Amino acid sequence: MAVALVLVLIVVGSVLFHLLSPWWWTPIASNWAYIDNTIIITFWITGFVFAAVVLFMAYCVFRFRHREGNRAAYEPENKRLESWLTIVTAVGVTALLVPGLFVWSRFVHVPSDATDVEVVGQQWQWSFRLPGKDGKLGTSDTRDVTADNPLGVIASDPNGQDDVVVEAADLHLPVGKPVKMLLRSIDVLHDFYVPEFRAKMDMIPGSVTYFWFTPTKTGTFQVLCAELCGQGHPLMHGVVMVDTQQDYVAWLGQQQTFAQLSAPQQTGSADQAPGKTTASGLKIAARLETVGSR
Amino acid sequence: MSVILVFLLVIAGFAGWWLSHQRLMTKPWLEQGLASDFVGFDRSALPTAKIGLGVFLAVVGCLFALFTSAYFMRMAVSDWQPLPLPGLLWLNTGVLVLSSVALQCAVVAARKRQIDMVRLGLATAGLTALAFLIGQLIAWRQLTEDGYLLSSNPANSFFYLITGMHGLHILGGLVGLGRTTAGAWNGARPERLRLSVELCAMYWHFLLFVWLAIFALLAGWAATFIDICRQLLT
Amino acid sequence: MVDITPADGIPPAEVAEVELYHPHSWWTKYVFSQDAKVIAIQYSATATGIGLVALVLSWLMRLQLGFPGTFDFITPEAYYQFITMHGMIMVIYLLTALFLGGFGNYLIPLMVGARDMVFPYVNMLSYWIYLLAVLVLVSSFFAPGGPTGAGWTLYPPQAIMSGTPGGQDWGIILMLSSLILFIIGFTMGGLNYVVTVLQGRTRGMTMMRLPLTVWGIFTATVMALLAFPALFVASVMMLLDRVLGTSFFMPAISEMGEQLPHNGGSPILFQHLFWFFGHPEVYIVALPAFGIVSDLISTHARKNIFGYRMMVWAIVGIGALSFVVWAHHMYVSGMHPYFGFFFATTTLIIAIPTAIKVYNWVLTLWRGDIHLTIPMLFALAFIVTFVNGGLTGLFLGNVVVDVPLSDTMFVVAHFHMVMGVAPILVVFGAIYHWYPKATGRMLNETLGRFHFWVTFLGAYLIFFPMHYLGLMGVPRRYAELTDMTIMTESAHHLNSFISIMAFIVGFAQMVFLFNLIWSIRHGREAGGNPWRATTLEWQTPQTPPAHGNFGKDLPIVYRWAYDYSVPGAKEDFIPQNMPGSFGPSREPA
Repeated sequence: MAVALVLVLIVVGSVLFHLLSPWWWTPIASNWAYIDNTIIITFWITGFVFAAVVLFMAYCVFRFRHREGNRAAYEPENKRLESWLTIVTAVGVTALLVPGLFVWSRFVHVPSDATDVEVVGQQWQWSFRLPGKDGKLGTSDTRDVTADNPLGVIASDPNGQDDVVVEAADLHLPVGKPVKMLLRSIDVLHDFYVPEFRAKMDMIPGSVTYFWFTPTKTGTFQVLCAELCGQGHPLMHGVVMVDTQQDYVAWLGQQQTFAQLSAPQQTGSADQAPGKTTASGLKIAARLETVGSR
Repeated sequence: MSVILVFLLVIAGFAGWWLSHQRLMTKPWLEQGLASDFVGFDRSALPTAKIGLGVFLAVVGCLFALFTSAYFMRMAVSDWQPLPLPGLLWLNTGVLVLSSVALQCAVVAARKRQIDMVRLGLATAGLTALAFLIGQLIAWRQLTEDGYLLSSNPANSFFYLITGMHGLHILGGLVGLGRTTAGAWNGARPERLRLSVELCAMYWHFLLFVWLAIFALLAGWAATFIDICRQLLT
Repeated sequence: MVDITPADGIPPAEVAEVELYHPHSWWTKYVFSQDAKVIAIQYSATATGIGLVALVLSWLMRLQLGFPGTFDFITPEAYYQFITMHGMIMVIYLLTALFLGGFGNYLIPLMVGARDMVFPYVNMLSYWIYLLAVLVLVSSFFAPGGPTGAGWTLYPPQAIMSGTPGGQDWGIILMLSSLILFIIGFTMGGLNYVVTVLQGRTRGMTMMRLPLTVWGIFTATVMALLAFPALFVASVMMLLDRVLGTSFFMPAISEMGEQLPHNGGSPILFQHLFWFFGHPEVYIVALPAFGIVSDLISTHARKNIFGYRMMVWAIVGIGALSFVVWAHHMYVSGMHPYFGFFFATTTLIIAIPTAIKVYNWVLTLWRGDIHLTIPMLFALAFIVTFVNGGLTGLFLGNVVVDVPLSDTMFVVAHFHMVMGVAPILVVFGAIYHWYPKATGRMLNETLGRFHFWVTFLGAYLIFFPMHYLGLMGVPRRYAELTDMTIMTESAHHLNSFISIMAFIVGFAQMVFLFNLIWSIRHGREAGGNPWRATTLEWQTPQTPPAHGNFGKDLPIVYRWAYDYSVPGAKEDFIPQNMPGSFGPSREPA
């Protein structure tokens, strides 16, 4: 009896928790509402299956519990029932898979009007690079990374000279314009993750990965690193500000290009970069040192 | 990862063949009584030790298939510079073939219970296998002296890694061969000796096959061959 | 060490009792024993011991997550060492070793009607190498720099770099060496499990008469033998990268302003190798659990397992399919996005045979005669947690849904539910079920029920709400959840609640351990077949079974493993070795 009751309570409790708990995803700020919808579909189907199986079990435990003189039925198999269950399951799985693959196909096909934005991860900070007037990002190489060229932009590439470099500072994006995030790392794996945008992708040293999205809401969003990258991992925060077109242009005007930064007189450290709200990677490293020596 | 998938397909083929003989479609609840009345799905007639070795060789094969997979994936990166294989490897290959042949002779002799021939075969196989290992070490030395160091290029790293792994397996085989040889001199029972010699031969032939595959891989023929296949397919 | 092998190289599984080798001294009987049952207990005890270490580590992690900033000694460095060792120990050194080394060794020879494993000497070596692997692993706690903190996935480049605890110290080297040893030791044991099922079966024991426990362990072992080499290859290559400076996995790296000497290596290659092992590993743990739980349900519901053939096909099918789904762990790893279509499809296809297994378990309950014994309670709890964890797997397997959820607490909750809690519940159920056979005494019922309710409900309360933290976007592997805009006040409270539950559940395990030890002396006498079960291990002449298992003559098998409540039979079970014909419309013997 008690067991059957507990099983029913587990179903009821889980459903109530799902419906009433305050823990739910953050309000979406990108075009990936498709993903949310797919999750909702998945919740419905899986929730139904979970409730059905556990409630059926509860019924069995209640109805067929051992009593003196009882004897179990003898039924080695039931082909028809098993085939039906298999078919129903296959249909359910297809109902999950098809929308999933459909949305995935959107996810991997970047619209042609998306602008490139490069994100560079390093222990434990985020830097960004935007194409300059030519609309093209210059090539880069980890081997070219120096204190003066923190992103490893190849100086001989003319495309790279007018690139806007945002080192260890906030990224601004214009609202409503699709962006293709080109992801690069110069040391270990990182993962550029903004919960409100839903999309994420690992950054792999030695290659460039990507994802795309369209910001749909202005505001300030926190960037988290979602791939373990050493002890500073939980502190590797960044900021993305989604601006109106006007604010965005104003911000862009204040940024420096690669050519300007690599000119000899420019040796200012990253800490003085404008619009910076997060700790730089070296500061985090220093903080960890002190924590470690406690 | 295609190499390992092909390898697993072969294993799955064996498994499927075996399963197809296990009457998986029967309804076991309807069959009471002694099952040996239903023919041919008991254990295999092969000696258990051979089956054990067979399973082990599948694992070893899997290991080398994975190394090969990794080799091809790493090869695709631009910093790959194949190293010139020392000519000595050809000689080593010959020596290893000789070793296998000697063991095969020992098997034949063991079946005919010619103990002297068995001893001769075993000793030859052991010595040639040792010679192979020494030859491999000399080849390593030649390469390092020519500046092809372990970490200077991934092609070098893979060369040392894969040949080293193969050498370790030969070394392990030599332990088994040593025990068999000791048995041959100390008068082990003929059936027992025959089984041991057969097991050694099985292992040796397999490692020879692995070596030939590795050699083809390291020399670059395997890649060429796959390219040709790919072109034929597309 | 005389009499290692019996006459003529015939393995002990096949020889008559009189010809079996016998241990001559206390040492060869209890320590360097070649008896699979002793090896099984050695494996189980070692796995439990190291598992306790992992349990304590999980407490330390939960202290940090539930009460951030309260415990100064849990630095980020220490936290990452805790999660890494916790994960690796639980997955490999506890679950794999316990299911295959522990239950495999104990049950395979008994259930197939063999005297022992086919290669007992190799079997003994397997245990000692496993023990060595465990010791190497433990030694890393005492090495300079401590154990590795690279996460149990050990992803390069960070695993071998100075920003990760143990990356440039001994930690990672000891971890990789320990894994290599484990794989060598496991291969020795695995050969035994597979070949004993192939060749050690007694007269009349066809494959289709095997209990599903044996099918599960057998298939899992075959998979493990083929999957572990991938981890071996990855470990050897990473060890070379770390120690000798090769560049298998290490690309050009600029670390904190300093150029490292590596060049061109591929971190993704490691991930492919790792998950080529890692995904089958999930089923290496799950399939034995599937098998065991089938037998528990059937025995304690006094009803044959529903759809035995389907169950066998599903085990084999899942085993085969699990080799072509590995990259679903890598949807957001930056591999070619088109792989996503293929791997999402294969992953969701695997849900079908898995679902069939679940249906058959609950349909076995239908019209059964359900004895709510402790093993049965654990089996029921397994179904609940496994269904829950399996269904959340449909989220993560469906490529685009995985994008926001990957690397969040949702993943942590999912895999703990499906391959942590669910299999461990089966382990408990199995221990309550077979303990009387291994010791001759029953475990204490009251303590057992207490242990069950706290473990089951507690674990559910830990991991069910945790999914919702993941849905909020809380990333996994965060030593600090401070300064995060998504972390609401209530989410911190939820974390504290989870931590408290974790302590309670952990405490219940101490009660269980006490019960295990106490009942050896004080438990109720069990007799040979307390559950009135059909399979061969319950039909041994002695309990606990003596060396050689079956006395003078091996049993002869006349029927399948599930003749419960057969119409026309007097008792509600017919042992496999009982001759005669019962029941409706059956072919004559």
